[in-house]
Amino acid sequence: MKLTVNGESVDVGDGINVTELLKVQEVKMPDMVSVELNGEILDRDKFDNTTLNDGDTLELLYFMGGGA
Amino acid sequence: MALTEDQIERYSRHIILSEVGGEGQEKLLGGKVLLVGAGGLGSPAGLYLAAAGVGTIGVIDGDVVDLSNLQRQIAHTTEDLGKPKVESAANAMRDINPDVNVRTYHTRMMADNALDLIADYDFVIDGADNFPTKFLVADACHLAGKAYSHAGILRFDGQTMTVVPNESACYRCVFVKPPPTNSVPSCSQAGVLGVLAGVVGTIQATEAIKYILGTGGLLTNRLLTYTALNMTFREIKVKRQERCPLCGSDPTITELHDEVEAVCDLSAR
Repeated sequence: MKLTVNGESVDVGDGINVTELLKVQEVKMPDMVSVELNGEILDRDKFDNTTLNDGDTLELLYFMGGGA
Repeated sequence: MALTEDQIERYSRHIILSEVGGEGQEKLLGGKVLLVGAGGLGSPAGLYLAAAGVGTIGVIDGDVVDLSNLQRQIAHTTEDLGKPKVESAANAMRDINPDVNVRTYHTRMMADNALDLIADYDFVIDGADNFPTKFLVADACHLAGKAYSHAGILRFDGQTMTVVPNESACYRCVFVKPPPTNSVPSCSQAGVLGVLAGVVGTIQATEAIKYILGTGGLLTNRLLTYTALNMTFREIKVKRQERCPLCGSDPTITELHDEVEAVCDLSAR
């Protein structure tokens, strides 16, 4: 199935969940990102049991603590 | 407050803009902006705000200038090594524009001083280098009803968004709570392209200026991300979250508290 992740089309296996997608996207640790799924920020404790559907749009928003 | 002849000349390129004009320049001269951090983001933001004639600029930072800062923190010079950053940043801003009243706070923003510090300002620029302070700025600004600009930088990437409390999505709507210790590297651990801080800090200053002028559209409900390596900007729509712990319908954060240090070990830098 096709997802749009950070603006780019990504082909992934049917029925993967958000945690699995983060692995595919080489996000080293789920704690590094906030996930927006179809415009809604997803609770961190729902990454495992949120199954993605064809056509879903996700934004992986990285925590950035730097400033100095 | 009437502009003097010198001011009319100094700010002539602003005054000629119909969106600014003499009236807008007077608003800037009456404006008050607080910089949280006088580092990579705070340096360019402060210098441009001073040049623009923002009348009162507060700057809070507990650090002193270190040689490794000078690759990007352009408010400080080699001669400033060892000086409090707030002092060297204040000197740089006053050198650019003696019209500006610079107030310095050589300390770290904490839960017990944050509300007092921001009370007198119109707009806050988060140029902090750690998550506890970034979340504290978000919480304090929400509780005090102050607009602020969030930004973060790391390696070749930057992000920024502007928050108008109770009107637009806040930092916690998007990032909820600080990441666990050591899950996200700091700039001192992972590096940062110096010039990146200039791009992002300057965007923050732009937002402060537009907010004071009351003109144009702010970077609200949008997280702007910038990847210097590929020179790409993306804008991600974000919205207020009903369940936001800070600005949602049933907030759990109703007073300030210090988050645990999650990223930067200040003593180790």
